[in-house]
Amino acid sequence: MGRVVVDVMPKPEILDPQGKAVARALPRLGIDGFVSVRQGRRFELEVDGPVTEEVLAAARQAATTLLSNPVIEDVVHVAAEPSTEPSAQGAA
Amino acid sequence: MTRIGVVTFPGTLDDRDAARAVRIAGAQPVSLWHADDDLHQVDAVVLPGGFSYGDYLRAGAISRFAPVMTSVVAAAGRGLPVLGICNGFQVLTESHLLPGSMVKNDHLHFVCREQQLVVENDQTPWTSDFTAGEQITIPLKNQDGQYVADAATLARLEDEGRVVFRYHETNPNGSRHDIAGICNEAGNVVGLMPHPEHAVEPGFGPDGPSGPRTGTDGLRFFTSVLTTLVG
Repeated sequence: MGRVVVDVMPKPEILDPQGKAVARALPRLGIDGFVSVRQGRRFELEVDGPVTEEVLAAARQAATTLLSNPVIEDVVHVAAEPSTEPSAQGAA
Repeated sequence: MTRIGVVTFPGTLDDRDAARAVRIAGAQPVSLWHADDDLHQVDAVVLPGGFSYGDYLRAGAISRFAPVMTSVVAAAGRGLPVLGICNGFQVLTESHLLPGSMVKNDHLHFVCREQQLVVENDQTPWTSDFTAGEQITIPLKNQDGQYVADAATLARLEDEGRVVFRYHETNPNGSRHDIAGICNEAGNVVGLMPHPEHAVEPGFGPDGPSGPRTGTDGLRFFTSVLTTLVG
């Protein structure tokens, strides 16, 4: 089983109210020193078999058409994740 | 009789209210189902509010790919009047029929209030019964209502008179330029966060000049489209 990970983040110029709320909550736990928090999304897309170039291309297309909205978000990372199954190692 | 379609997606909440508003305005509401790409010869379409697909992923993101939306996008391109209310507005931005997007309210809370708006553009099929500059009261209820767009898009919307409604006195969610509603270049596609279908009948709307719950400013959205279609 192969897996592609897609990370999506709010664009830098978009105010991220959720990240700000998390940043305000941290000091209440005694965790100081983080001046800013931004919150994004991580998607894990799994395929039966190895992650080929075609699979990565499909994942990139999914990332820009459905998984993110380019008006407010950036796709910051699309990559095959090393599988836990030895047989699939290196397939990507 | 003029036929106005009201789309139901899984998780739509205000389709019945929207259909009722259409009926009170004097048109025939036609239920449109998300999985059916047939628009059943309607003369206009309303995308009502709610939480289609539970707002999963992003509000409106999954509804955009419903079969009915392929037909709505095509018909909108041919000039069919389309009104997106709240979640319907979010579906219209995700479908790229309207620019920009909605993100979480700047204060992070769900907001429910009787909202003052200024009608900025009375030239669209959904606002022709208003007068530009007119102040109206329309209920507002949402969590993801903060309208955002890049500076170039905002400048273009302002220059082309495509800001249709602006929040008055209070900006309830941090929307850029106090924007409550916009239209496409042709003007036939209008989206707004407040809910006109909740202000169409005395006794059930927001407070108005004649007393509590007498506000019916929302009704003119629906009579406007009838005026436009029938004359």
